[in-house]
Amino acid sequence: MLSYTARRILVMIPTLIAISIIIFIIIQLPPGDYLETYINELKSQGEQVDPARIEYLKEIYGLDKPIHEQYLVWVWGLLQGDLGYSFEFELPVSEVVGDRLWLSMVLSTSTIIFTWIMAFPIGIYSAVRQYSAGDYALTFLGFLGLATPNFLLALVLMYLANVYFGVSIGGLMDERFIDQPWSLAKVGSVLEHLIVPVIVIGTAGTASLIRTLRANLLDELQKQYVVTGRAKGLSPGKLLLKYPLRIALNPFVADIGNILPRIISGAVLVSVVMNLPTTGPMLLRALQSQDMYLAGSFLMFLSLLVVIGTFLSDLGLAALDPRIRLEGRAEK
Amino acid sequence: MTDTTLPGQDSEGRAKSAAEPLPHYVNPAPFDPSTKEAMTPEQERYFMAPQWRLVWWKFKRHRVALFSAVLILLLYASVLVSEMLAPYNLHTRNTNFIYAPPQTVRLFHEGSFVGPFVYGYDYRLNMENLKREFTENPQKVQPLRFFCLGDDYKFWGLVEGSFHFVCPAKGGTLFLLGTDRLGRDVLSRIIYGARISLTIGLVGISLSFILGIIIGGLAGYYGGWVDNITQRGIEIVRSFPEIPLWMSLSAILPVTWSPIGVYFGLTIILALLDWPGLARAVRSKLLSLREEDFCTAAQLMGASPARIIGRHLLPSFTSHLIASITLSIPAMILGETALSFLGLGLRPPVTSWGVLLSEAQNINVVVLYPWLMLPVIPVIVVVLAFNFVGDGLRDAADPYK
Repeated sequence: MLSYTARRILVMIPTLIAISIIIFIIIQLPPGDYLETYINELKSQGEQVDPARIEYLKEIYGLDKPIHEQYLVWVWGLLQGDLGYSFEFELPVSEVVGDRLWLSMVLSTSTIIFTWIMAFPIGIYSAVRQYSAGDYALTFLGFLGLATPNFLLALVLMYLANVYFGVSIGGLMDERFIDQPWSLAKVGSVLEHLIVPVIVIGTAGTASLIRTLRANLLDELQKQYVVTGRAKGLSPGKLLLKYPLRIALNPFVADIGNILPRIISGAVLVSVVMNLPTTGPMLLRALQSQDMYLAGSFLMFLSLLVVIGTFLSDLGLAALDPRIRLEGRAEK
Repeated sequence: MTDTTLPGQDSEGRAKSAAEPLPHYVNPAPFDPSTKEAMTPEQERYFMAPQWRLVWWKFKRHRVALFSAVLILLLYASVLVSEMLAPYNLHTRNTNFIYAPPQTVRLFHEGSFVGPFVYGYDYRLNMENLKREFTENPQKVQPLRFFCLGDDYKFWGLVEGSFHFVCPAKGGTLFLLGTDRLGRDVLSRIIYGARISLTIGLVGISLSFILGIIIGGLAGYYGGWVDNITQRGIEIVRSFPEIPLWMSLSAILPVTWSPIGVYFGLTIILALLDWPGLARAVRSKLLSLREEDFCTAAQLMGASPARIIGRHLLPSFTSHLIASITLSIPAMILGETALSFLGLGLRPPVTSWGVLLSEAQNINVVVLYPWLMLPVIPVIVVVLAFNFVGDGLRDAADPYK
């Protein structure tokens, strides 16, 4: 297990490096460097640009240096937690984002937990009671969940909540807690506001997890050892839980790697629609104002979340399935 | 075959010394394998059917998939004649009917049959909250006109015309799904939007198809380090969260680009993140099919690699490919919708469903004018339909199972 973990971490590092290079290219793609854009913008607003300040910024970010050195400066900064400098807010990115990174993580993690809690019993039910009315209804709901883009679902839910309950379900905490220090009441309020976004973001993932679990469990339940077990008088509960479920669980855990990027994508979109104080709306705003450093840092952070999440799910899979930790690669 | 047993193939024959040639007999009668079990014409029709026909038979059994396929074909056909289907032009502004609610089509007026018609609107500005209020006036009976001349348009931007399948009554209105903030008919805009929203998936998928086939094919065919590199590359691309990356890429499309340029830029962006799935499918199919018996048989018969791949391998997984393509088109449609909804994708005057939905971004607007949310419905319907067709195709893709 230890050697598998080590190997897996070694694979992760080149992936992260490649991702950071791609993101840096994206940051550099808009014509002219961002300082030029910034200076032009200030000039077009008739404001004076302080040359000393420009020089200072140029030096910090190595803008006078060749591009690979700029990249190194950026990555080195990232490693030290310096996310770069937001030109729109004229503040270091880490100060602009504040709680947002943390709240993004809370949102994504709770969504994953939600998808698991929902998908697990429903998947088992659909497989055990195949072709029953409940199975059909759940399958249909699953399809609908897969097909409905989650930002539209958020919109519809907000509309319904507004029309029928007269409440606004946007935001991630009650207004009175905004900019307040963290307290138990504030945490409670955040949890309360998390419910709707978590459901909205989680539907698609839940639907696909249910389908995976159902298909795998159905395959497993038809095997001969199950028949043998039943013939020998094993109780139905044990017959289901002891072996078939354990084997059907592997793809279930492995699927997290596929679902995670989607959950994080969904969280970005839904946050924009529901105005949640996570990275989503800020990323959008940074992109709209071409504040590429800020956007790049967000993109890097979100990709990092995906990579780490996949890593954790691979570790879980290895813990479940000895074949994987011995062979060193996941069968997909 | 059984009646051609060779004499001398018994234990006695085998015991003879190897130096002497075995007695040899060849039956001169013409060889017909079906003499023992002649097939009925019905069986023959089934057993001799080419693969695509088997796929079709199997697909036909999946009712929902069949229905969805017909629906999708109809929608794509509508794209050809959007201008005629839509009662209004895409850009017609009815300044007297801003945020007018949907009108209902009725058949009976005061108990007597008049054919399909709508009641005209009375307009009043509510001075208390400055809300425009439209009320149906049962006195204004406005029968629909069919196959009529209405708003002018340029058919596919080329030919001038004014023919519509349905028009409002002369001097009347026909807003079946209401109007937006400029008084434009939402239904007409949805019909026009289908042209962009539906085709962007097709263009994007063809790009990602080409990429996927080439890259996946190379990886599957050569294996070894080529395979390793592509696998790593695919892993890297897949560990990006799609939508944030799409957002970033489309945000850096230059503002100066023409709408057509942005359209193709978007398809490239969508395809850039989609090909890994296809490449993976191609690769794994190639790898597993290489080991199949029929492939070995072809090799033993002396077929060249080109023939094996072209004649035997490709046909046996095109059906799978088509299925996975069908399943990834909706992702592209959703991607475009999401980007345009956020204002990062297509921009007006280009109209797609996402652009229409961006009007519904503000929840307060939606609460007042819920019909602005209606473009959600075609999005969901199309995505669902593609999913069902893809599912049906995936089941039918392997008719020999």
